[in-house]
Amino acid sequence: MLRILIALCLTVLATTARAEIDIKEVTSPGGINAWVVEEPSIPFVAIELRFQGGPVLDLPGKRGATNLMTGLLEEGAGDMSAQEFQTRLEDLAASIRFRASDDVISISARFLTENKEEVIGLLRQALIAPRFDQEALDRVRAQVLSSIASDAKDPNAISSAVFNAAAYGDHPYGSASEGTAESVSALTREDMIEAHRNALVRDRLYVSVVGDTTAEAIGGLLDDLLGDLPQEGPPLPGNVTYDLDGGITVVDFDTPQSVALLGQGGMKRDDEDFFAAVIVNRVLGAGGFESRLMTEVREKRGLTYGIRSYLVPRFHSEVMLGSVASSNETVAEAIEVTRNEWARMANEGMTAEELEVAKTYMTGEYPLRFDGNAEIAKIMVGMQMIGLTPDYVTNRNDFVEAVTLEDVNRVAAELLEPENLHFVVVGKPVGLEGTQ
Amino acid sequence: MTRLFAVMAMMMAAIAAQAEEVTTYTLDNGMEVVVIEDNRAPVVVHMLWYKVGSADEPAGTSGIAHFLEHLMFKGTAVLAPGEFSSVVAANGGTDNAFTSYDYTAYFQRVAADRLALMMQMESNRMNNLRLTAEDVRTERGVIIEERNQRTENEPNALAREQFRAALFQNHRYGVPIIGWKHEMEQLDMQDALDFYDLYYAPNNAILIVAGDVKPDEVLELAEQYYGVIPAEGQLPVRERPQEPPQRAERRITYVDARVSQPYLVRQYLAPERDPGAQTEAAALVYLAELLGGSPFTSALGQALQFDTQTAIYTNASYSGSWLDDATFSFAIVPAEGVTLSEAEEAMDQVISAFMEGEIDPARMESIRTQLRASEIYALDNVQGIAQRYGAALTQSLTVEDVQAWPEVLQAVTPEDIKEVAAKVFNRDQSVTGWVVSNEEEAR
Repeated sequence: MLRILIALCLTVLATTARAEIDIKEVTSPGGINAWVVEEPSIPFVAIELRFQGGPVLDLPGKRGATNLMTGLLEEGAGDMSAQEFQTRLEDLAASIRFRASDDVISISARFLTENKEEVIGLLRQALIAPRFDQEALDRVRAQVLSSIASDAKDPNAISSAVFNAAAYGDHPYGSASEGTAESVSALTREDMIEAHRNALVRDRLYVSVVGDTTAEAIGGLLDDLLGDLPQEGPPLPGNVTYDLDGGITVVDFDTPQSVALLGQGGMKRDDEDFFAAVIVNRVLGAGGFESRLMTEVREKRGLTYGIRSYLVPRFHSEVMLGSVASSNETVAEAIEVTRNEWARMANEGMTAEELEVAKTYMTGEYPLRFDGNAEIAKIMVGMQMIGLTPDYVTNRNDFVEAVTLEDVNRVAAELLEPENLHFVVVGKPVGLEGTQ
Repeated sequence: MTRLFAVMAMMMAAIAAQAEEVTTYTLDNGMEVVVIEDNRAPVVVHMLWYKVGSADEPAGTSGIAHFLEHLMFKGTAVLAPGEFSSVVAANGGTDNAFTSYDYTAYFQRVAADRLALMMQMESNRMNNLRLTAEDVRTERGVIIEERNQRTENEPNALAREQFRAALFQNHRYGVPIIGWKHEMEQLDMQDALDFYDLYYAPNNAILIVAGDVKPDEVLELAEQYYGVIPAEGQLPVRERPQEPPQRAERRITYVDARVSQPYLVRQYLAPERDPGAQTEAAALVYLAELLGGSPFTSALGQALQFDTQTAIYTNASYSGSWLDDATFSFAIVPAEGVTLSEAEEAMDQVISAFMEGEIDPARMESIRTQLRASEIYALDNVQGIAQRYGAALTQSLTVEDVQAWPEVLQAVTPEDIKEVAAKVFNRDQSVTGWVVSNEEEAR
């Protein structure tokens, strides 16, 4: 029996634009939940599936198993080889993309309305009955090994790897989800089957659908598409506290421009001060050309093409990060200016005008995000993963508006820790010494 | 600004497209206006495209088109430095700009009721840029750091630069958009202003407005803000140095310790989409798909990644979106233990076999279907459609050409593909590049 729980007409209200999206929440007879937006004006459908966990579920010694397994989901299923499966998808002009990132597996499908039944059938096969042929495993493994080799010579990837290892050690967040050459080389077909069994489970599944279909139709096919997946998987890893000391780590790498990754502890997504922190971050370093970091490091001094800061509230740990790239000769100055701006915001906060400008932008920009079927589907599945309800799209701008100058300046002082900022600098920085 | 009582003798050509609703106008001062209606969301994309890019730069000033694009965000007579972007952001919008070989474009995405404000500011900076020596000095630092980030720190980008420089023997498509570093370091205010004064004018610009708007209202605003700007009388005819007959293939080995894995590329000169003549370009779209589109179904993917384990990555690519010559490119990353010579030989065997064999009708039909579907998917992204028109109209195509393109693609035959392939796969008009981390790998 199909139940449509909520059919709300949610209006994103803003000073500058209104975007109307009607999110319907539907639960299949088998108990699978999905958010659906019916958008019949263009004859195609976008589906987004998320399985929380993903690579953090890698078993000891099997780092990279979930990532490789995810790469193999498009490589043949049921009685179809990789080439047969992909030929069929191409003939239908449909696409299904599988991707593993830190702690999620993302699956994005797009197909014409007229091909709905058949594409859903192919997606079902890929999820339920992947083949993991040895030939495909070896072929995709070679691609992953190439990517690992490439990261080893990429300054940005090196900076992330060094930072994460120092901050998180043995927790999965401490290493790259693609694994190491050694761990990936040792993976077997049995490891793929086990990673598949552990990661694609119903109680960590989130679904959203946008396009030329109805909530009722989607509710009717969810069980067929996903009902044969196991209900539960192994437990997720525990939370890990970020406690890296402030300082500078220099990684010697022969390249003309140094790349710096900087970080400190962050804030949880469900913290009541989260919106204040978002505004602090926006004014400090996330505001495009308007942020203080861009103004000081780029516009006034010409030291970089881009600098930014960002809040990263992950499931098992929260950090605030930033990045800047500058010539080896000037990166020390870029870092000094960055640290000074971090301290100025912590100590003095922002002005009422800066707060107002940030709010106007954030509330005005929000409705513009609901642009296109796949975009809306991605937003909705992301909301579900962090426990938001559909009415968030209506209330979100009110949360932003409710933040006061007192809030942002208190949060700036609490959140920003200039003395605890840790910089990982990859390059041949001049006049910059590592602190340990 | 005072408006004169100009007689509005617009040429109006309302064209009913099959897919998107497109209306075009030409203002008295020569500025073209394209309006694409899409009322699904109360949003508008306002884009101003100038028919000038890096390939139009005077010799010795490489990078000036892109440098000017950066400087356009500095002040004007009425806008303080940075104010343009601040105002867009304060209205909940986003703005940016991009420079290519053939065009420079500025755009904002904002709530539809803010269109007039965007036009007011964008039209203001067409003619009233004010630069200081300090602006020029700091922003030159920014573009040099941009080059460091995109190119100097990226061995693959440095390699690409070498290959294009060798492929084009006379055309400025061989010079990087961002500029050669030694010339960028010398760019000054006069270079920027000379380029600006000559090329930034209504008769060298195309306005594209896409989203929740009414064409006649857009026209009225365009008249008000852009219609009053005088045409540039000295605008040069756009004729750039063309390629001579190329008589010898070029081979390059680029060595850089930061390369993680050896690979090879082959680039051929190829025809681009031309007004009223898009069949060759359309056939090349199929050729790229057939030879190196999907790794699962293309000729290279099947032969080098499935039938044999010669390569871990294969690709063929082509875009017809150029004012002058396009390129048709291959890339192969050999598998462990396979040399670049062996990989290149295997690639050439696949190309030869393709030229001698029959094209599978099922593959033709599959590509045709995918191209038709891509038109439906494209409707979901109004900015993408705006970009399609902007690029085409700055590259000498017409609105009719843009709208005919999907049908031209559908009409491609196997004979068209073989004919254009025979013309393009001429090694005398090609560069083969090997990218390695040391001389040892170059074998």
